[in-house]
Amino acid sequence: MFQVRIHGRGGQGVVTAAEMLSIAAFIKGKHSQAFPSFGSERMGAPVMAFCRIDAKEIRLREPVLNPDALIIQDPGLLHQVNLFEGLAEHGYILINSTHTLAELGLEDYLREHPQRQVCVIPASEIALKHVGRPLPNAALLGGFAALTGLIQMEALQAAIRDKFSGKIAEQNIAAAQAAFAQVQTNTQGATPC
Amino acid sequence: MLKQIEGSQAVAEAIGLCRPEVICAYPITPQTHIVENLGQMVDKGQIDPCEYINVESEFAAMSVAIGASAAGARAYTATASQGLLFMAEAVYNASGLGLPIVMTIGNRAIGAPINIWNDHQDSLSMRDAGWIQLYAETNQEAVDLHIQAFRLAEELSVPVMVCVDGFILTHAYERVDIPEQAQVDAYLPPFSPRQMLDPANPVTIGAMVGPEAFMEVRYLAHYQQMQALGLIPELAEEFQQQFGRDSGGLVKPYRSADADTIVVALGSVNGTIKDVVDEMREQGVSIGSLSICTYRPFPRKAVRSALQHAKRIVVVEKSLAVGIGGIVATDVQMAVAGLHKPVHTVIAGLGGRPITRDSLRKLFHKADQGHLAHLQFLDLKHALVHEEIARMEGQRHSGPSAENILRGMGTIASQIR
Repeated sequence: MFQVRIHGRGGQGVVTAAEMLSIAAFIKGKHSQAFPSFGSERMGAPVMAFCRIDAKEIRLREPVLNPDALIIQDPGLLHQVNLFEGLAEHGYILINSTHTLAELGLEDYLREHPQRQVCVIPASEIALKHVGRPLPNAALLGGFAALTGLIQMEALQAAIRDKFSGKIAEQNIAAAQAAFAQVQTNTQGATPC
Repeated sequence: MLKQIEGSQAVAEAIGLCRPEVICAYPITPQTHIVENLGQMVDKGQIDPCEYINVESEFAAMSVAIGASAAGARAYTATASQGLLFMAEAVYNASGLGLPIVMTIGNRAIGAPINIWNDHQDSLSMRDAGWIQLYAETNQEAVDLHIQAFRLAEELSVPVMVCVDGFILTHAYERVDIPEQAQVDAYLPPFSPRQMLDPANPVTIGAMVGPEAFMEVRYLAHYQQMQALGLIPELAEEFQQQFGRDSGGLVKPYRSADADTIVVALGSVNGTIKDVVDEMREQGVSIGSLSICTYRPFPRKAVRSALQHAKRIVVVEKSLAVGIGGIVATDVQMAVAGLHKPVHTVIAGLGGRPITRDSLRKLFHKADQGHLAHLQFLDLKHALVHEEIARMEGQRHSGPSAENILRGMGTIASQIR
């Protein structure tokens, strides 16, 4: 079973991201389960959502306590919430930021972490360019697909079309593709992205 | 058709397939998505003929359902938590009048303190209200139970609550097989009411009944509900034949036939319990579980027979009978009366506190070693509680407990558990 935890703020599409991830896995015949951690449901408040993917039925109903991957939609949460709690030793970390790990103050913290598993992408900027609004979720899922290989771009595209329609779906797909390409280029260069 | 959808959407689609003629509802978290989806389906003509009535309160929602059902319409509503309490008087009326309404409960805690998260206090507060109560373990089962619920309600002329864990199921995206309309039509015939208000053939429904006959009417309510103990397994069996899925029924034993310790629970937590049972079985621990799907009428014989070989019984329940302990555990104790087995009550998951594998594993090991207390609260933050008790004992004007506890916790934003 592969477990993902997504951290962000209310209004950033955190819950939708987990749902789209589960749909992308479902399309490929996997069992998947996405659910939110409902805290205070208001714009700007810290929000979490979870996604589990497995080859067999998922019966477990606890929150994702030991994620294999973390998606951090808002780096402003880095110093507010214990985002890395329970992360698997070689877990993936995908952060939405225009800054480097050093600038985010994470270089020392993540020194021991496998560098190929860590990635920072400017998902909000990618979204602004393609969607016109700084909603980073689809771009981050594109980045997640490239970083982990766990979901395929075509399945992600179908998942985005399941949640959105028309122009908005196509714009989000463009954002996801741009992020996918960026992460792929960076990881092929074997440098932390 | 297999779909990856939200539990609430799946329940709404199942209700649509049951061809309700009147849907009346008032939104309350975590039930809202269900009735929102149904509103859209009626608006788009996907459920037709059907009247969707926006009402001003939960009391009105159940009252409209009563009126609709008495007029011979298949009626549906949904609620949760305080909403169920607010409609309580009408809840009793629906069953007292023998009207086969189906209602979804998106299970949620009861305040105060106000809390929107999941536990079973709401539906269990209505356990004696004369409604049949079914608890879903997964979203697939939630879909299947609703289809069975209309059939069950209408055959017996008794209302049915289908209880679905709020957020944990209602807001979870997972794989659900949504049946075809023709399949549901073959299973669920059109509503043929036992009693109906009809101007051409006038009758009174809801007459005043005095001491000379009240007991008899109440006895019949009990009699009718007890009939469900025979009908529910039959309907589940028929459902399995037609839909190919084992959903519903009275109880579901899991690896319990030879188990020393059997864990009993209602609803979605059974999934997590099964995972822990598998893990512990691999380590050689003799443990199994029993999911109670039908809680009212209480399947006393089925529970007794599933538990009779156990050395000990652990009831994990998301409810608290203040002043005694467990609600479900009390019924389980009655079912195993005379068998001289320890029944441990574990109050867990109140107000949405996650019930984790980690905590269950520790709990079950303790049970296996025979060290479990008669009553305990899973993952209770003892230090916080003792601090508040000391404060109350130390000063007359100690203030509101809930706020004191929150202050003791410090920042509460977005903790994982």
